[in-house]
Amino acid sequence: MESERSFYEYLQSFSETRSPIDFVLIYDNLPRFFDGALVTLQLTFLALLVGGLIAVPLAIARAYRKPFLSPAIRVYTYVFCGTPLLVQVYLFYFGLGQFTAVQESFLWDPILSNPWWCVIIAFTLNTAAYTTEFLRGAIEATPHGEVEAAKACGMSPFTRMRLVVLPNAFRRALPAYSNEVIFTLHGSVIASTVTLQDLLGVGRWLNGRYYLAYEGFLTAMVFYMAIVFLITFVFRMAEKRFLGHLRPREAPAPGSARVAA
Amino acid sequence: MVAALSADKSNVSLSVTDLHKSFGAHEVLKGVSLKACEGDVISLLGSSGSGKSTFLRCINLLETPTSGLITVHGEDIKMSKDRQGASHPTDPRQVERIRARLAMVFQSFNLWSHMTVMDNVIAGPIHVLKQSRAEAIEHAKEVLERVGMYERRDYYPSHISGGQQQRAAIARALAMKPEVMLFDEPTSALDPELVGEVLKVIRSLAEEGRTMVVVTHEMAFARDVSSEVIFLHQGLIEEQGSPAQMFNDPKSNRFKEFLSTTRQ
Repeated sequence: MESERSFYEYLQSFSETRSPIDFVLIYDNLPRFFDGALVTLQLTFLALLVGGLIAVPLAIARAYRKPFLSPAIRVYTYVFCGTPLLVQVYLFYFGLGQFTAVQESFLWDPILSNPWWCVIIAFTLNTAAYTTEFLRGAIEATPHGEVEAAKACGMSPFTRMRLVVLPNAFRRALPAYSNEVIFTLHGSVIASTVTLQDLLGVGRWLNGRYYLAYEGFLTAMVFYMAIVFLITFVFRMAEKRFLGHLRPREAPAPGSARVAA
Repeated sequence: MVAALSADKSNVSLSVTDLHKSFGAHEVLKGVSLKACEGDVISLLGSSGSGKSTFLRCINLLETPTSGLITVHGEDIKMSKDRQGASHPTDPRQVERIRARLAMVFQSFNLWSHMTVMDNVIAGPIHVLKQSRAEAIEHAKEVLERVGMYERRDYYPSHISGGQQQRAAIARALAMKPEVMLFDEPTSALDPELVGEVLKVIRSLAEEGRTMVVVTHEMAFARDVSSEVIFLHQGLIEEQGSPAQMFNDPKSNRFKEFLSTTRQ
């Protein structure tokens, strides 16, 4: 208690005398920022999880050019990748409510009247569209010979997909997916435009209440950067774990007959 | 077991009857037949474009034959024709079952690049033959030692030489305990100095009495190891017979010509 008091007092005197930024205000509102971070993380990772699960079958259908299914999915990904996420969120949040049919439907009360649900639906469909397209590319890039080898030893189409095609494609898509995760995190700020108190929402609230822009927005920025740092770290670990076969060969093992060039 | 070991040569492992294969209007195979008894090593020779690789790939249905009959240990692969007249296997499950009994070794190895050598070898036994992991690893150890790759079991394919990759691929094929092994130009993608180590392995497999069909450009291998040589030319069998008869006393002009070009 003693040390916290003295830290708080130090912060007070520092903010009042030398600092252009009011650290006391930030400190006092830190719990709000943590709540905001929780909303941001929830929106981002729930959308990524559900979107990723949707993307896998869609990408398979696209890669194997299933009739009817593949063109239909292409229209969906084209629309969602080709329009701004903000517009998509507005359509779900402001647009759907215009229809009395929607308002009267069973979906209205718990789901479509709730900004959280509108945002999560828009985010999920958006990230699913992007993920579908680059996963399709990764599936198509699976070496043909490896698929043939799987056929030749008698694997069923399902086993081939599970053992050879998808592990191959996921690994190839991993570096690109880290970008998708970070973009989705960045895109999640849109939640603050439809009244949700995510990280940026808290920053906006602080700015609106005290008319202090830096305190709110810089703090939000620091939080975002910390999250991105964690994401990049996790992906670096994952690449180390899963992309071993793409690394150049390490020094030849002792006893190997090969002479170093 | 004793009966199987002492099986007489009339025990037919694989027979192919009058196989045709067309790609569009181009007929690559114009009726090729083959009969492999237990322990036979059949070498398929021919210049490029003669259809020998296509023929091998038709045997385990990596290519769908246009017509013809394939029989593995007395079991016919059932084929049917759709309304357009294109032929396809009637029962995909049967094809998977038959493929598991005919292991194939490819020209470009085709090891699964994201798996280590060991994982490559145990994948088929675990997921196709439904062996337990422990059982598969136990057997994998045996086949990897057989091809001299046990020390390299934890390497990824991209981290070993072509010759080692091909030996690993042979181990992967052996792990399936196949009744017939199909080799599709197993040494053609290798640097000359690596050909020897792979041929040595294939040769030792032939000598222990495995049934094999080998598409190859290695004349010495075909002459010394095979029990029968088939020379394909433009989708037809131009000449076939024992290696002694084929190499010492070739009948057809085309095979004579082929031999002279390969011998320089």
